Amino acid sequence: MSLSNDDVKQIAHLARLGVDDQDLDSYARELSNILAFVEALGGDETDAVEPLAHPIDMVQRLRPDAVSEENQREHFQAIAPSVEAGLYLVPRVIE
Amino acid sequence: MDTVSVHDKTVAELAAGLAAGTYSSEELTRDCLQRINGIGSELNAFVTVAEEHALTAAREADRRRARGEAGLLSGIPLAHKDIFCTNGIRTSCGSRMLDNFISPYDAHVVERMQTAGMVMLGKTNMDEFAMGSSNENSFYGPVKNPWDTTAVPGGSSGGSAAAVAARLVPAATGTDTGGSIRQPAAMCGITGLKPTYGRVSRYGMIAFASSLDQAGPMARSAEDCALLLEAMAGFDSRDSTCVNQPVPRYSETLDADLKGLKIGLPKEYFGEGLDAEVARVVDAAIEEYRKLGVEFREISLRNTHLAVPAYYVIAPAECSSNLSRFDGVRFGHRCENPRDLEDLYKRSRGEGFGAEVKRRILVGTYALSAGYYDAYYLKAQKVRRLIRDDFLAAFGEVDAILGPTSPTVAFNLGERSDDPVKMYLSDIYTIAVNLAGLPGMSVPAGFAHGRPVGLQLIGNHFDEARLLNMAHRYQQVTDWHTRAPEAFA
Repeated sequence: MSLSNDDVKQIAHLARLGVDDQDLDSYARELSNILAFVEALGGDETDAVEPLAHPIDMVQRLRPDAVSEENQREHFQAIAPSVEAGLYLVPRVIE
Repeated sequence: MDTVSVHDKTVAELAAGLAAGTYSSEELTRDCLQRINGIGSELNAFVTVAEEHALTAAREADRRRARGEAGLLSGIPLAHKDIFCTNGIRTSCGSRMLDNFISPYDAHVVERMQTAGMVMLGKTNMDEFAMGSSNENSFYGPVKNPWDTTAVPGGSSGGSAAAVAARLVPAATGTDTGGSIRQPAAMCGITGLKPTYGRVSRYGMIAFASSLDQAGPMARSAEDCALLLEAMAGFDSRDSTCVNQPVPRYSETLDADLKGLKIGLPKEYFGEGLDAEVARVVDAAIEEYRKLGVEFREISLRNTHLAVPAYYVIAPAECSSNLSRFDGVRFGHRCENPRDLEDLYKRSRGEGFGAEVKRRILVGTYALSAGYYDAYYLKAQKVRRLIRDDFLAAFGEVDAILGPTSPTVAFNLGERSDDPVKMYLSDIYTIAVNLAGLPGMSVPAGFAHGRPVGLQLIGNHFDEARLLNMAHRYQQVTDWHTRAPEAFA
């Protein structure tokens, strides 16, 4: 699988990741190399194999659906780039 | 106050010295700080030195001892990899993205070590978001290997490994997603343990690949790793994959006899790609173990060649999801004057992340995108089962597995930084252990080309006690783990 510069742009957009135009060539080349490397996984010998998401057989722990955390909004917002009246500020989304 | 010189002592020795009143925690702490800021500064092993915090904690440890409330590890200095959140002290994760991040809470591991009375000296340098095998991907610059400052220390826990190897600290924490404790431990000539997945809580440990990440101790001896793991491990409800199982007293089984123990040598770990000098060192270690009564047999982990490719789908996929939280809105880096919300996201992330992190986010995003999920992610998860099943079958025949930690000794700074795939192959013997969720250890076993070689021990799930026992017995009959780089002896 070889990726074009346009492919890289599209993937970067999906990841909301700014990539400079001048770096597109090198990303396309490096990502293509990495994908070529992982193609070793190819072949159909795994068709009947169940995917493994977790190395140890265990089930997700459950807990009662009750509030377990205290409100620490001010504490957590103290490290935010921009807040006002308990809200995180971002550029206007709706005109 | 005069400083005492205790940098050549292990954690166990320091615990005895503190208990006997030979020195105070404050004296130990001052000695470490002096080495970190003096002789050690050229290594760039620390991102943050928490001098005031450390001295306050040391004095508190001394007061507790005076009141008769000291535990075994009380007052012993320790450094944390900068991936563990520390309340009030910057936690950068080696990234510009978090250069300004002061965590509002402590990681579970940080809490545990503090509860044990250990004194945190600071935060160690690392590959950005733990992505790397050389520590060259840090926003704060590469760490140098104390054995040869033209060499890399390995990664991603390179700062922790270099700090312990240079005797700046008696012990440090690390994390291991594909070899990030074991590979730098090998390259710096120290002892490091990656526990079973779920043994140590990941709460407050900045996530890279959540199904693989695990924290563990890095120190000078297996005995020290046993003491540290006893303090680190244990159930924590805040990590949904943390296992609720009693923590054995690892330090009490270190001396068990190895006679009759069956150890497997995977033929795939001794083939092409393994440096001949490294192989010679591993062979010598095998001979030492034979003298201790261990029986060896050849085994096959036949899907080993698929481990690195599977990892470089799974880890980037999980990373692309985990790192989506860094968006310039709630914490971390935000770009100047964003035009709109999309520009805010894209530029904050584009400016905040370094090249390797971006590569992995892109690979992971691609592997998870519509139309490619089955070909990459699902396929890799299937291969993951094959790899785990190879190990489980092997543990039906043998008690543990032994081989090299890394195919080569530490390479030179800059030598592999232009070729991501070549860099990835540095972890060829460590990555499968993470995919299978097993515990693994690296133990100093000698030198090749003048640089340290690590011996890897791999155990079945939750069999850390056996690995520590095997490593300790080996360290009783060899002295590789006591060797210090000349410039830092």
